Amino acid sequence: MKILRLLPALALLATLAFTGCKPKDADIKASIEKSLKETPATSGVMVMVTEGVATLSGEVADEATKAAMENKVKDIKGVKSVQDNTTVPVATPPVVITADDPLTSAVRDATKDFSEVTATVADGVISVTGEITAARWKTLKMALDGLRPKKVDAAGLTIK
Amino acid sequence: MALQDKYKELTDAATASGITDLAVREQDGVLYIDGTAPSASVKDQLWDIYAKADPNYLAGDLVLNVKVSYDAAVTQVKVTTESSNLNIRKGPGTDQPIVGKAAHGEVITLVSRSSDQWWMVRTKDGEEGYAYAQYLTAVE
Repeated sequence: MKILRLLPALALLATLAFTGCKPKDADIKASIEKSLKETPATSGVMVMVTEGVATLSGEVADEATKAAMENKVKDIKGVKSVQDNTTVPVATPPVVITADDPLTSAVRDATKDFSEVTATVADGVISVTGEITAARWKTLKMALDGLRPKKVDAAGLTIK
Repeated sequence: MALQDKYKELTDAATASGITDLAVREQDGVLYIDGTAPSASVKDQLWDIYAKADPNYLAGDLVLNVKVSYDAAVTQVKVTTESSNLNIRKGPGTDQPIVGKAAHGEVITLVSRSSDQWWMVRTKDGEEGYAYAQYLTAVE
């Protein structure tokens, strides 16, 4: 009989124990943040947790870091799923400057039909001198810019 | 950053007009804009905007290297010189011997695009060699 009287208490205890096993969103968030801070590459990522769904945002350096981070977060207790909204910045390719030898021959090719100007190459800079019409200079400048020079110096050029 | 401001209208237009592989960098007082335009008219439009910031392109602070994407299926090109014949050479360079000529306005066969500057072509007479790509326009 005693046990019957204890039943509501036991039920309450069981409920408490059950909810106790399930980490709260705030606790999950704290665990994820702690885990992300262990790696400098992911220390700047922001975390939100709603009913066990972890949402990550911010920027990470590369795809490998992103993938590793997702796996790590997935394994954290209480995380049901991961919504990874972090972005990887697009790498800007460096400026490529053509070396003087190939640039010199490319400039010679490009200026072959532009006898009114003289073009020289030094340290990647194409210097153009002479007198030319605006339309022909536009055509020539388009061609020269396509040769990947360091600069097209037209200070000595006069537009007719 | 001053150059990026000067040419902001240009870079904005490049982004808006669907330039692929667009790269904008500033280095040693020169702004470099590289990319591939979906059509020749988009490229022309960008050069017109360039002229607004630098009339006559004389400032020397921008290298605008915008190529025009091409349709790999195109096999016919028209010779678009100002008026003269187009030299066809043994190799890609004006120091190479001339192996043939194509008349202004003539349509010839495009064999391959060897580089941005030199394309391999074949005339109606079967002469094969390299021609300066600037004087060739794709026939759709």
